Amino acid sequence: MSAAAGMGGGVRSVPAKLAGWRMTVLALALIALFGGLAVRALYLQGFQTGFLQRKGNSFSKKELVIPAQRGRITDRHGEALAISTPQFQIFVTPRGMQPSPAQFTQLARLLDLSEAALKKMLDGAEGEFLTIKPRVLPEIADRIVALRISGLEVQRHYRRHYPDADVTSQLLGFNNVDDQGQEGMELAQNAWLAGKQGMRRVIVDNKRNIIDEAGAGRPPQEGRDLALSIDRKLQHLVFRELKAAVEANKAKAGGAVVLDARTGEVLALANWPAFDPNQRDVVPKDRARNRTLTDVFEPGSTLKPFTVAAALEAGLVRPDSMLQTAPGSMTINGATIHDAHVYGALTVEQVIQKSSNVGAAKMALMLPPETMWQMLSRSGFGTPPRTGFPGEVGGRLRPWKTWRPIEQATMAYGHGISVNLVQLARAYTIFATDGELKPASLLKTGGEVAGQPVISAASARAVRKMLEAAVSPGGTAPKAQVAGYRVAGKTGTAHKLAGKGYAPHNYVSSFVGFAPVSSPRLIVAVMIDDPAGGQHYGGTVAAPVFSRITDAALRALNVPHDAPLDNVILPAPEEPPVMEDV
Amino acid sequence: MARLNLLLLALIVFSSLALITSQHQARKLYNELQVELASAKRFEEEMGRLQIEQSTWSTPTRIEKVARERLGMRLPDAGHTRVLGNDVSARGGSQ
Repeated sequence: MSAAAGMGGGVRSVPAKLAGWRMTVLALALIALFGGLAVRALYLQGFQTGFLQRKGNSFSKKELVIPAQRGRITDRHGEALAISTPQFQIFVTPRGMQPSPAQFTQLARLLDLSEAALKKMLDGAEGEFLTIKPRVLPEIADRIVALRISGLEVQRHYRRHYPDADVTSQLLGFNNVDDQGQEGMELAQNAWLAGKQGMRRVIVDNKRNIIDEAGAGRPPQEGRDLALSIDRKLQHLVFRELKAAVEANKAKAGGAVVLDARTGEVLALANWPAFDPNQRDVVPKDRARNRTLTDVFEPGSTLKPFTVAAALEAGLVRPDSMLQTAPGSMTINGATIHDAHVYGALTVEQVIQKSSNVGAAKMALMLPPETMWQMLSRSGFGTPPRTGFPGEVGGRLRPWKTWRPIEQATMAYGHGISVNLVQLARAYTIFATDGELKPASLLKTGGEVAGQPVISAASARAVRKMLEAAVSPGGTAPKAQVAGYRVAGKTGTAHKLAGKGYAPHNYVSSFVGFAPVSSPRLIVAVMIDDPAGGQHYGGTVAAPVFSRITDAALRALNVPHDAPLDNVILPAPEEPPVMEDV
Repeated sequence: MARLNLLLLALIVFSSLALITSQHQARKLYNELQVELASAKRFEEEMGRLQIEQSTWSTPTRIEKVARERLGMRLPDAGHTRVLGNDVSARGGSQ
């Protein structure tokens, strides 16, 4: 107490007024300190604002990517052929992740991995992005996010599904991991199908929950659906019949195309061998090719109707004009053309019915090369069918000025010229309609489509009659007949090219035809590559496939019959079958 | 003068409180919106999965297999088919 009293006495003894210099020093010191703060504040606010704003925003503001969903691919009736669904990818950033032991156990359980396996994965990839699991269901992904492990990221992306698997494989193609088209229609129509991802600016709290929107984002632009011209039901039955035929004939490959004769739309387009696009990690290159559009072959006799049409149009022959095909062979400049049988005198109609090479060659040689070239070119040979399919080819039709007579003669029956199957099927629209070439389309068109007139209605009708005769018991393809419907078509058998010449025992068998003849609805083209099952003629290998496809397709489309149900007449077994020559 | 100042102070306090309340309301509503948007997204995803499932179950190949194998159905042959309302005789053989 006494000490306090003593001190109090001391204070009281201090003079009331401080020395002037001490006031000044103190004031200056305070001003300097405040001044320093003001300068610092000015510096931070005025010169460093951008940097600091960014730093601050990185804690509270976040830009979120909103992925856009890719449009569906549907058939002509709206049934889904390809759909994208979200998948979640779990990965670790290069910084690595720091889970607590409890979090680690839970993570391993959610990922369906043993803790040891997970640990091994993480140890193996220090300092780089490591995808732990590429595909996780949304429910699991949500629970992994809820674990809040730093350094562990969950990313959403889309995966494409193809319910029809191998049936539509080469037609639709497939996408890459970013759901962008890589092959087939997915690639051709990528711009239409793919959406544009959107973006959101948001404010988050310290637990990274979104609490508010910060400024305008960009809404995602969803992809658009695409309706193909394909009829899913027909596609399945065509694929089934083609596959069965390729296997039964021990062939290397095969293709089949069904066109709507009135619009040129591709109703079905199948290839075998095929692949499952849902397991695209293992797509062998040769199975991914859409042979019906990207591969060419020498068509053989399926080209004869075009030679006949050219000769009819030029007024050089009539359907009943007689041509001498005896002695069944013909030599031009040292090269000889053969028929399988010696037929003697044939009418033009019989040349098609019996598929006489000599007859076709004689007609071709009556024509100026330019006229014949024009016929083939205007029927779409030598130019791609412009379906928009990636990698489609146009085949080879050499300019007429370079033709030698022997080449013109062999081209009359489809050698020395190459086509793809869609092109060949499309060319037959001139016979299925009254002489119009319809544009081939893989996309759904609305109703009737105008074509390009190529031949007169009278010539088209005349050739149609000849093609109907070719499937009669006296023709090369009675096995193409269909119960209850009149059909017309032409077989083709050609040696495969091997190096510079033709392979002696390897063939391409084909059949192109349409039905019902009274009012053609469908054009069906079948090609079997290298049949090795003992048969190789178009009439025995490809024609039965045509018959089965046409029968089922006309039934499926409810097309009225135009013939009695007992119209199919096969040649008597003791009669030798009519075989075309190759 | 003092009264006016007091009134202004009261107004400021009131408007600040109102601002806080409305901001809180906005965040709460925004949060609800987020929840709803998330469930909308989930439904969309489920829709996609169901579409795939439907498409897979309805492949013509599978339907045919079920019809043939489980239901014992088959296509009628010509002997079991009668065509109605179709003038086949008039149309056949023309051209």
